[in-house]
Amino acid sequence: MTRWQYLLPLALFGVLVAFLGTGLKLDPREVPSPLINKPAPAFALPRLDDPAQQISLQDMAGKVWVLNVWASWCAPCLLEHPLFVDLAKRKPVTLVGLNYKDKREDALNWLRRHGDPYTATMADAKGLVAIDYGVYGVPETFVIDKQGQVRFKHVGPVTPEVMRQDIEPLLKALDV
Amino acid sequence: MIAALCWSVSGPVSARDALPATADPALEKRTMDLAAELRCLVCQNQTIADSDADLAVDLRNQVRRLLGEGKSEREVLDFMTARYGDFVLYRPPVKSSTALLWFGPPVLLVVGMFTLWTILRRRSRLSADRFDPDEYPEDDFDDHLAGTADAPVSRTAANRS
Repeated sequence: MTRWQYLLPLALFGVLVAFLGTGLKLDPREVPSPLINKPAPAFALPRLDDPAQQISLQDMAGKVWVLNVWASWCAPCLLEHPLFVDLAKRKPVTLVGLNYKDKREDALNWLRRHGDPYTATMADAKGLVAIDYGVYGVPETFVIDKQGQVRFKHVGPVTPEVMRQDIEPLLKALDV
Repeated sequence: MIAALCWSVSGPVSARDALPATADPALEKRTMDLAAELRCLVCQNQTIADSDADLAVDLRNQVRRLLGEGKSEREVLDFMTARYGDFVLYRPPVKSSTALLWFGPPVLLVVGMFTLWTILRRRSRLSADRFDPDEYPEDDFDDHLAGTADAPVSRTAANRS
């Protein structure tokens, strides 16, 4: 056996460590979105505050906007909510809420209690628009550009890091 | 008293697995067969056929609706992967990106078996007394496998130490 052959198991171990190390950093439960850089799915839903009026994708044309999927029954949504309330105070961002499988009264009460940062909220009582957006839990947040393409999706509550490092820089870059 | 408590608790609980009477059993069967090919993204080790999660129920309803509208099974699966990606397919598709997943283990098995066979064959070519450490105390056995050993020093009962 030459000296190099002795090093072979060590090299294989190194390869294994590389694979395992990368794997440990990934979240196996997170499902990457196939919608990134694709057109945002069309929708037309009644407004939460005034069900007689509708919000549709066409209303967003030419705007950079953030879609935040939330529900009054969702605890992690409450965790991220102050970040959106704060964002809406600091920046003139178009923030659209998608109220997912909720009761109108509960949703309105929730906004009254915790603050309403949304330009508008639409009621997706059956969750069908959410399915079109590949939503599999609440909360989820999307950033959509002026051409109507989905540019970013975050699954789970938005953290200050995600807001600071991902969402806000993207909003700035897309708004040019 | 306890019996009364048990009755009151079990009252409002309904059996979740009682299926509603369906108008079309053939459609229902096709729906469930297809649902067994789709992953529940909430309980990710279950199919939407097995899972009780709300999303699983919603997605089953979508499958049923699409099949009822005359869509093919391929079209229903495409509908789901367009929204949720390949991960929603319970069996990963065979693509270049999943080649390592599908072919990695069999390839490793073949390589391992071949290595084992080669080593065993080489060892079987050596005569039996090579395996006795007393016969060849200075031997590096691995040199014999590689064919780089010194010529054996012959041992006789006379010069064996």
